[in-house]
Amino acid sequence: MIELQTVTPFFEDKVELLDEILGRYPDYGRRSAVMPLLWEVQRAERYVSESRVAEIAEILGLHATEVKGVMSFYSTYHGEPVGRWHLQVCSTLSCKLAGSDELCDHLVETLGLVPGETDAEGRFSLQKVECLGSCTTAPVLQVNDTYYERVTRGRLEQLLDALKRDEQPEPWRERHGDNAGLGGAPLAGTTATAAAETGEAAGVDAETTDAETTDAETTDAETTDAAASEAAAHDEKEGGA
Amino acid sequence: MADAVAERPKPITSRHDPRFEVTLYRYVGVEGAHTMDAYLEHGGYQAARKALASDAGEVVNTVKASGLRGRGGAGFPAGVKWSFMPPVDGRQRFIVCNADESEPGSCKDRYLMEDDPHQLIEGMLIAGWAIQATKGVLYIRGEYWHAYERLMGAIEEARARGYLGTNVLDSDFDFDIVVHRGAGAYICGEETALMNSFEGLRANPRLKPPFPAQAGVYGLPSTINNVTTLASVPHIIEKGADWFSAMGTDDSKGIHHVQISGAVARPGVYEVPMGISYREIIHDLGGGPSSPAKAFIPGGTSCPMFPYDDEHLDLPMDFSAVAKAGSMLGTGAVIVIPEDQCIVDAMYNVTRFYAHESCGKCTPCREGVATWLPKMFQKLLAGLGTPDDVDVMEDMVKNLRGTAFCPLADACAWPVQASLQHFRNEYEHLAQHGTPLHPRKDRWLA
Repeated sequence: MIELQTVTPFFEDKVELLDEILGRYPDYGRRSAVMPLLWEVQRAERYVSESRVAEIAEILGLHATEVKGVMSFYSTYHGEPVGRWHLQVCSTLSCKLAGSDELCDHLVETLGLVPGETDAEGRFSLQKVECLGSCTTAPVLQVNDTYYERVTRGRLEQLLDALKRDEQPEPWRERHGDNAGLGGAPLAGTTATAAAETGEAAGVDAETTDAETTDAETTDAETTDAAASEAAAHDEKEGGA
Repeated sequence: MADAVAERPKPITSRHDPRFEVTLYRYVGVEGAHTMDAYLEHGGYQAARKALASDAGEVVNTVKASGLRGRGGAGFPAGVKWSFMPPVDGRQRFIVCNADESEPGSCKDRYLMEDDPHQLIEGMLIAGWAIQATKGVLYIRGEYWHAYERLMGAIEEARARGYLGTNVLDSDFDFDIVVHRGAGAYICGEETALMNSFEGLRANPRLKPPFPAQAGVYGLPSTINNVTTLASVPHIIEKGADWFSAMGTDDSKGIHHVQISGAVARPGVYEVPMGISYREIIHDLGGGPSSPAKAFIPGGTSCPMFPYDDEHLDLPMDFSAVAKAGSMLGTGAVIVIPEDQCIVDAMYNVTRFYAHESCGKCTPCREGVATWLPKMFQKLLAGLGTPDDVDVMEDMVKNLRGTAFCPLADACAWPVQASLQHFRNEYEHLAQHGTPLHPRKDRWLA
């Protein structure tokens, strides 16, 4: 893309930030700053334009093609602006087994976008991405930087409604197993409790008959505090569900 | 000596064993556990004090004696890796943490960094002392924004209170950590690709040798370990090597974190002693299959699948036992595949992942993994395949094994090969009839 107007350099009024980023790396490793600098631009502007690439190259004493070469290697730097709400559907195996294909098809129909597209108003972008590392709480949808875990049909509707009003809901941070916390205490900012109330989170846990036997055995043993409170956590979770 | 062996208590190999205690994940999920105050209250940084007061070589020996093996997938003994570092010669040395958790199925590191980041910082500090590296590099995948924020907060706290910086804990040792965000590339989990990425280069893997201990970050002596490996270190130092080695098998000691996903009733991350059976993992922890299962992947998608039968369910979580059975323990990510899921479709999903992540450096991977293999799958799934295509695919994956520059091609080819071995009928059915044996099903939760 050829840009005809002169653009104000991104880092011109951000001397402190630039110094902080360059200061993270030794003098002989100045080039390491290329990824953090690309990130700064992208987080602010939702993409990295050719002129920003040239600016970063100049800061680091590189050619623009070297910076572009790094940028194009990675999948999360964008050469075109993404929407205000960048919906990234994880589509790798664990999410697939939890219905991410159907989730993505639903988004395609609802938003009228195919993966890779941004709508005309610049509001929504849809992208199919590879494993986001939320496999035990699949399917997962990443909106900008935030993970929404175990996205059910009902939850997706709520989320889309909020985003259409330009409001981003608190993240859903589903926890199961040992990452649910010792006392089963909900994390700050979680809506897991709300989900449990509407019965959405219950579907999965309700079927665990084998697991209950296990917990009972652990409780009988009652040897260590950890084991006991662990079991309590499970019991509480299951009771709640 | 013989008496001592006879008296040694039976190793812990089950979650049902009353001696087993959740340790690394103890405070994961507990509100507020990510703060320095909470960590100190739980006895945090005591191990670092202990380590810094002792000889660096002693720390290496303790970790060696514990039997801790890398938790990132390859399972290399951590203490042995540390001892590969050349003698101190005045050059900068680095301890690198691989937090580019991208193996599909894996999420153990994310929760640890989000909810108990000081454990990792303390682990890096101790490892830094052990190998006499004053700089830590924490390379975290770009998508883990929440974990990144938590880590940055924790590092700030640690600097403010003298746990990082100059004269750490009033010792003569200086140590600080730089956190570097990736940007969506699976290949950065390969140690030398990660180092190139950190240096601001395209993340192509480097030729080994030289290994990172000789020429790592910026060509300087470096050691790289996974998040969970490093987070295990404070506990080993605090509780002793014997505590760790009392769990598991002769080959594989200590604790691991299984991440159960796919068709199970209770997916989640569970801390387990090594040597635990896959049956206990899937049934007792995961609550059993949520619909009839036909296969399971023992350690993330790069590990060949096993049929869901007694022989494989009874396998212990042990590096050599799983290898002997024809797969890998990997990152401990167990994925259960239901009976009604078309295997060809599932393996196309896996192949597409590796095709997307192939870096393009070497021909076998670029042409095989990134181009031809996904095309063959697309042809079959579109109903345009012929029975010969199945043979061609089998031949391709055989030729991909061991011929590429780095393990990524194997990570794709081997699982496809295993799926052909166990479920060839499904490939042949597609090739003959043009329709899958198990048609696509709506799997999305209401």
